[in-house]
Amino acid sequence: MNDETPVLSIRGLSLALPKGADRDYAVENVSYDVARGEIMCVVGESGSGKSMAANAVMGLLPKGVRPTAGELIFDGQDLLKLTEKQHRKLRGLRIGMIFQEPMTALNPLMRVGAQIAEVFEAHGRYSARERQARALALLEEVGIPQPDKAIRAYPFQLSGGQRQRVMIAMALALEPELLIADEPTTALDVTTQAQILALIRNLQKRRGMSVMFITHDFGVVAEVATRVCVMRYGQIVELGTASEVLENPRHDYTRALIEAIPSNIIPEARGGERPAPLLEVEGLNKVFRSRGGLFKAAREVRALDDVSFTLAPGETVGIVGESGSGKSTLGRCVVRLERPDSGTLSLSGTDFTTLKGEELRRQRWRVQMIFQDPYASLNPRTRVGYAIAQGPMANGVSRVQAMKQAGDLLDLVGLGAVAVDRFPHEFSGGQRQRIGIARALALNPELIVADEAVSALDVSIQAQILELLEDLKQKLSLSMLFITHDLRVAAQICDRIIVMQHGRIVEQGSAQDVFLSPKEAYTRELLEAIPGREQELQSA
Amino acid sequence: MSFFARFAQNRGALIGLIILFTIILMAILAPFLYPDSPWRMVQRPFLAPMEVEGFLLGTDTMGRDVAAGIMHGAWVSLLIGLVSTTVALIIGVPLGAIAGYYGGLIDDALMRFTEFFQTIPNFALAIVLVAIMQPSVTSIVLAIAIVSWPPVARLVRAEFMSLRHREYVEAARLVGQTNRTIILRQILPNTLSPIIVLASLMVATAILLESALSFLGLGDPNVMSWGYMIGAARTVIRQAWWLSFFPGVAILLTVLALNLVGEGLDDALNPKLARERS
Amino acid sequence: MLYARLILMRLLKAVVVLFMIVIFNFFLIQMAPGDPAAILAGEAGATDQEFLRQLRERFGLDQPLYVQLWRYVSGIAMLDFGYSYRQGMPVLDLILARLPATLLLTGTAFVLSLALGILAGSMAAARVKKPSGSLIMALALIFYATPLFWVALMAVVLFSVYLDWLPAYGMYTVGAGLSGFALIMDVARHLILPATTLALFFMAIYTRMTRASMLEASQQDYVKTARAKGLGSRVIQRRHILRNALLPIITLAGLQAGQMVGGAILTETVFAWPGIGRLMYEALMQRDYNLLLGIFFFSAALVIVFNIVTDLVYRLADPRIKEGS
Repeated sequence: MNDETPVLSIRGLSLALPKGADRDYAVENVSYDVARGEIMCVVGESGSGKSMAANAVMGLLPKGVRPTAGELIFDGQDLLKLTEKQHRKLRGLRIGMIFQEPMTALNPLMRVGAQIAEVFEAHGRYSARERQARALALLEEVGIPQPDKAIRAYPFQLSGGQRQRVMIAMALALEPELLIADEPTTALDVTTQAQILALIRNLQKRRGMSVMFITHDFGVVAEVATRVCVMRYGQIVELGTASEVLENPRHDYTRALIEAIPSNIIPEARGGERPAPLLEVEGLNKVFRSRGGLFKAAREVRALDDVSFTLAPGETVGIVGESGSGKSTLGRCVVRLERPDSGTLSLSGTDFTTLKGEELRRQRWRVQMIFQDPYASLNPRTRVGYAIAQGPMANGVSRVQAMKQAGDLLDLVGLGAVAVDRFPHEFSGGQRQRIGIARALALNPELIVADEAVSALDVSIQAQILELLEDLKQKLSLSMLFITHDLRVAAQICDRIIVMQHGRIVEQGSAQDVFLSPKEAYTRELLEAIPGREQELQSA
Repeated sequence: MSFFARFAQNRGALIGLIILFTIILMAILAPFLYPDSPWRMVQRPFLAPMEVEGFLLGTDTMGRDVAAGIMHGAWVSLLIGLVSTTVALIIGVPLGAIAGYYGGLIDDALMRFTEFFQTIPNFALAIVLVAIMQPSVTSIVLAIAIVSWPPVARLVRAEFMSLRHREYVEAARLVGQTNRTIILRQILPNTLSPIIVLASLMVATAILLESALSFLGLGDPNVMSWGYMIGAARTVIRQAWWLSFFPGVAILLTVLALNLVGEGLDDALNPKLARERS
Repeated sequence: MLYARLILMRLLKAVVVLFMIVIFNFFLIQMAPGDPAAILAGEAGATDQEFLRQLRERFGLDQPLYVQLWRYVSGIAMLDFGYSYRQGMPVLDLILARLPATLLLTGTAFVLSLALGILAGSMAAARVKKPSGSLIMALALIFYATPLFWVALMAVVLFSVYLDWLPAYGMYTVGAGLSGFALIMDVARHLILPATTLALFFMAIYTRMTRASMLEASQQDYVKTARAKGLGSRVIQRRHILRNALLPIITLAGLQAGQMVGGAILTETVFAWPGIGRLMYEALMQRDYNLLLGIFFFSAALVIVFNIVTDLVYRLADPRIKEGS
C-alpha cells in the first residue's frame, strides 16, 4: 500500500480503430496509473473508449484495433511488447478480469468447479484434487451459498449475481496484483449490484490488490473509487481523486455527467387532492405457464399477484422493481399486449380487461406505449413519418392528414418536421426514442405507458429525454405509467411510486413518502442499494 | 455501401454470377444454335469429343449430339429449379408466417404437419410421387416442391416468431393495425433477405433433385435433361465415359454457381454477418 | 426414468407418423393411374382378367374405400406389406433381406462423413483468412454441389476401370466362396467406393456447418473469459469452442438422416449394392408399386429411429436439458 511505484502505468497510449470506423482512434494519447491498493475508476459513456486500455492490458483487443503509440508498464515491462505467449502467462496469474455479462461469460457446458480449476491448470498449478479443493475455498470466499453444491453446478443453474461471484472467484484464483472489472454490475439488479460492489471492495482490502474498475455510472464511482479517470471520445477529460472529481469537477463534461444523474433523490412534494381516477386496476392476476415438456413438469410463474392501484388524470405513477418483479407484465397488461387472467382494468369507466378482437383493436388508441429499446422499436424499413402516421391511418385518418400531423409531432419532440422522410438508421438512440414518443402521442391517447423508456440510454441522453417527457407532461397534461428499475429516474419524474416484488405490490404512496419514509423493509433495501446514495445525502 | 458493391466484394459470388449468366445464355441460345430436337440422331453413335467437326462433345449411344443435349438441358434444369422453388415458396411462406405470427395451437398443428414432411426421407418421397403420378415436367415440379417447402416454412416461422415480439411490431398492434397489415407490412418485408438467400440455394437443390430423378429414369420422357443423359449413358460408361462426364460437369457448375450467388446474396443482404464471417 | 419416459413418448410419436405414412401410401395407390389391383400386382396393363378379379377380391377392392383403408392399415399393423408378384416374394422378406447391406453402407458413410467433416470444419475455422482454410471451404462447396450419382460413376471410371484398384459393383466377389476374415476384407473392399462417394456430400455439409458453428462459438463471451484465464489457444479451441459448436451439429446430423436414405438409393443403384436403395430402383424399373411403397415406409421408419437416437445423444451432451429442473 505504501509502495510508490504504480502497479500499472499507462503512458501515451493510442489505439487505432480499423478503417471505416466513425473515428480513427479508440483511445488517443491516454496516460494514467493504477497505484497499489487503489480502485481506479475509468468512467465514460458508450463509445468513450473506456474499456479499450483494459483490453490492451489483457492482450484481448478486439479484432482490427491495434496499438500505435505509448506503453503499458506492468512490473517494469511494456505489455505492448510481449509476445502472445508471454502475455498469456500474465493473464489469470498476475492480472485477472471480470466482465459485464455474467449470463454469457461462463461456458454453458462445463461445471463451475471445472471452470475455476482451469485457471490453475492454465498456469500449471497444483494437482487435480488440490485444484478442486481450492475452487471450493474460493467459492466460499466470494460468498456463494452452498459452495459444495455450486461447485458441481452448471452455469444455467445459478443466478446472475451468483455467476458474477463465480467470475470473481476465477479472476482471483491465483491472487493477481491487478483486477480489471469491466462494467461488472451493469447487468445486475440494484440490490445484487450493491452486494457485488461490497464484495469487490472487501476482497480488494483483504488482499491489498489494485482494481481497475470500468463503469458508466457515477453512482457506482461514488461507491468504490479511490481515483477517477473520466473519458470521452477516446480521450481523458478529467483525472483525480474520487472526492476531487465528484465534489469539484473541473471539466464541463464531468459536471454535466454528474448532474445528469437524476440526483434529487428526495423528490419534491407534488399535487394535492387526487381527482377521480383515470385508470383503475383491481385485483389483477397473471400467471405464466411454461408448457410441460417431456422432462419438466409445467412451471408456473406468478407474474402478477392481486395487483390493485389507481392513476389520476395528469398524474405520473412509477412502477419500480427489480427484474422478475412483474413490473413489465403489469405494463403489458395495461396496454393489453398481455391479457390478465383475472381482475379488472378500467379506463375512465370502460372495462379494458375483457375487450378482444376487433373491438379491442378499435379501442387501442386510448393507451399507448413508449418502448425500451430505441433500436428495436422502429421498423428499419419504414420511414419515420410513416411510422408515426400509421396509427392515425389505422384509425381512419387520411394519409395526407396523418403525415402532416406526424411532421408537427416530430417538431414537438425536437427533431424538426424534415425528419419525416428519413429512415430510423439515420438517427441516434436518443433521437429514436424521441420518434417513439412522437408515435405514442400521435393518437392522442388518454394514458401513456413508458416501459423502461430511458434505461437503454447514456446518462446525458437520459436526462434530455426525461426533460422532454417532463415538458410534454406540462404541455399536454399527459397521464403516464412509468415503469423503471432505476429509483433515481423514478424519483425525478413520478408523482406516485409503486414498489413491486415477486408480482406483488410491496408499497405505494406519494413519491416523497416512499423515498423519505419507506414503510416496508424491501423498499428500504432498494433505496439503500442505490449506488452513491450516501454521498448524495451527505451533500444534500 | 450499395447492395451490388457488397455483393461484388465476394469474389466467389461474382464468379458464380458469371457462370450462371453463361448457363442462362445457353438455355436461351439453344433453340437457335441447335434448332433440331436434341433427340434426333444426327451422326454415328459413340463419337468421341472433337472426333468429327461440328460435334464438340461427341455423340451418344443413339448418335444424338451431346452438345445439343447439354444446351437444351440447361433450359429444363433452370425451369424446373425455378418453378419448383416458386411453388415451394408459395406453400412454405404463408404456412410459416401464420404459424409464427399466431403461435399457440395453430402453430402446433402447422408445425406437426411440417415435421411430418421433414421426417419422410425427401428423395424417396419424390421418387414415389413421380412414379405414381407418372413422370412429366408437372409431376417433377410438384414432387420437388412438396419435398422442399418445409425448410421455407421453418425459416419463415422462426423469423416471424422473433419479429412478432419486436417492439415495432408491438407498437403497430398498439396503434390498432390489423393482423393482415402487420404481417404484410411490418414483418414480411423484414424477413425477405433470408428468404431470398434460401430460395437461391433451393433452386440449386431442386436442380440436383431433378437430375437425380431423371438419372433414375423418372424424367419427363419428352424433354432432354442432364440427369437423363447421365442415366442413359451409365451402362456404357466403360466405353464412353464422356457421355456421363459432360452433363455432370454442367450440373456441377450450375449448382455451384447458384450456391456461390446465394452466399454472395447472404453477404450483401446481411452485412453484419458478412463482416463477422470474413 | 426420464429417459424411459422420453423414449416412450418418442416411440408414440413415431407410431403416429408411421400411421400417417401408411394412410398416405394408401391414397397414393388410389391416385395411381390404372387399376389398383393391377398396381398391387405390379402388373400395370395386365391382361389376365381372371387373375385381376381374384386380386380384387383378395384385397377387397370391390369394397367401399374406408373398408379398404381399414384392411390396408390393419394389414400393415400385422407387418403384412403385401406380396411382390414381380419378385415372387413377400415385400417384408425382400426388404429385410436387403436391410443389413443398407445399414452397413449408410452407417459407414455416416461415421466417415461426420468424423472427416468435423475435422475439416474445425481446421477451416482455425485457418480463417488463410489460403488453406479457403481451400478446404472451396472443396467442401464443390462436393456439396456435385451430383452424388455422377461422383459415383466417375469414381467407377477412375478407380475401377482405369486404375483397377477397387471393385466397382456388388458387395462380394461373385463365386469366390470366401468366409471368415477373407470375406470381411472382401466386403470392405467393395464398400470403399460406395461409402466414400456417399460420404463426400455429407462431409461437405458437416464441414461447412462445423466451421460456421465454431466461428460463432468463438465470438462468445466465455471464450474471452477462457483467454482471460491464460489458457492456451488449443485448449480453448477444443474445450470451449468445439464442444459448444458440436451441439448444433448433432441436431443437423439428425436432420440429415433422410437425405442419407436418398443418397443411398443413388449410390446403391450405381454400385449395384444389394440394399433397399437398389431394391427401390428395381421396383421403380418394374413399376412394382407395392414394393416401392413398402420400401418408402421402411426408409421413413429408419429415419425416425435415427432421429430418436440423435435426440437422446443431444440430451446427453447438453447439461441444460439433462439436469434442467
